[in-house]
Amino acid sequence: MIAQAINRAARRVPTWAIYILCGAHIGWAFWLAASGQLGPEPVKALEHVYGEKALQLIVAGLAITPLLKFARVNLVRFRRAVGLSAFAYLLAHLLVWLVLDVRVPAEIWADIVKRPYITVGMAGFALLLPLALTSNDWSVRRMGAQAWRRLHKLVYPAAVLGAVHFVMLVKGFQIEPLIYLGAVVVLLLMRWKPIAARTRRVPG
Amino acid sequence: MAYRWKNNLTDRDVTDEAAWLNRRQIMGGMAGLGLAGMASGARAEALEPNAYEDITSYCNYYEFGTGKGDPSKYAHMLATEPWSVKIDGMVDRPGDYALEDILAKMTIEERIYRFRCVEAWSMVVPWNGFELADLLEMAGVQAGAKYVAFETVLRKDEMPGTRYPVLDWPYVEGLRLDEAMHPLTIMASGIYGKPLLGQNGAPLRLVVPWKYGFKSIKSVVRITLTDTQPPTSWNKANAREYGFYSNVNPEVDHPRWSQASERVLGSSLFAGKVPTQMFNGYEDEVAGLYQGMDLRKFF
Repeated sequence: MIAQAINRAARRVPTWAIYILCGAHIGWAFWLAASGQLGPEPVKALEHVYGEKALQLIVAGLAITPLLKFARVNLVRFRRAVGLSAFAYLLAHLLVWLVLDVRVPAEIWADIVKRPYITVGMAGFALLLPLALTSNDWSVRRMGAQAWRRLHKLVYPAAVLGAVHFVMLVKGFQIEPLIYLGAVVVLLLMRWKPIAARTRRVPG
Repeated sequence: MAYRWKNNLTDRDVTDEAAWLNRRQIMGGMAGLGLAGMASGARAEALEPNAYEDITSYCNYYEFGTGKGDPSKYAHMLATEPWSVKIDGMVDRPGDYALEDILAKMTIEERIYRFRCVEAWSMVVPWNGFELADLLEMAGVQAGAKYVAFETVLRKDEMPGTRYPVLDWPYVEGLRLDEAMHPLTIMASGIYGKPLLGQNGAPLRLVVPWKYGFKSIKSVVRITLTDTQPPTSWNKANAREYGFYSNVNPEVDHPRWSQASERVLGSSLFAGKVPTQMFNGYEDEVAGLYQGMDLRKFF
């Protein structure tokens, strides 16, 4: 019942609303940081806002298929908008780090090579770049659905890398990044054939 | 014997409240117009204390949560009256010293210090406090003592962050005796002439300006003189990343990030980092303490 209500409501939401919302939020957060309203350390604060939102949207995107399979909630038509918005946040996150945080090209490269959490984060970004570039109808047609789907499975390792990047950068033993990593792992396990097959037999 | 060290900054360098409130708005406005970058220039000329609001809202005090804003949100839960400090170990007059008795005997001075966090941000804080050496002399340090151990209060009901094993509570720190006796080392009880707020380590905290901020332990309830190097919280949590000394050193990186530069709190989104100074700018005063030591090994 709840699933049907959600599906009915979701049908009325245009997918472009997600782009507008995320785009506006990226701009709004930047304005807050630039005008001194994001605290006394605006660079770090902005990096954190963008990075965390990217990770949240990646988790949300990974939840779409299990929601359909296990709960009959159909949000599949939002998947591209969620994925591209996640990438937009990620790009903003990376740009703040490059342009406002590290700044010096030589140090950027040194950081990528020397600092494992940055290496891991950059690897995640590199995996997502081709996905963002092919998130359009033309690419799906050109590549063929099967090849396109195979390529887009790269989001799985990218999501793990993103969560691990967060786990690695905090000090001390902290719960929050582990919750993200846990969510990613659970959502990936739900796709794993032995588990997915067993649970699919349960009537929906 | 107070006033062993003299600020090269005077009272006049402390911006009064109205002025720094204004400054924040002006800077915010400038940043919006893309005219920022002036803040770092100003820093080179005179060490300008950070706004009271920044100092009291951007804090690391994991006993109240790991977010920078958590301490200012929750630290009011910690009751700081009455307060006493147990001084024990290798001292002539061990005991529980009531805070008001300590403060009555000490000379409170203003010390405007740079404060450099291990996370590569920094601020300038106008502390009010007294020299730790005076307190230790009051308790009477015995001849064989070589180290000073410190402990932060631990009250699970009043410190919500301690429900999580972020660190092995209670928080403990330590100094070599000569570091503790150094005239730059103070116990602070106030900022900007006001009593310390909970998030800044009320009612009494250590301040060691040439070391990374986590060495400056907050809300101290116990000071112990020993002849062996005491355990320290961050070193216990990750010995590879946090050494016993933890002197500010731009040449020795944290394994996960560079320590060569720092971001000055309160500067705009578009202001870059500034170079970190050896011993956080107190090289003349403290380098002698570490003569002949390999600072890469004893980081």
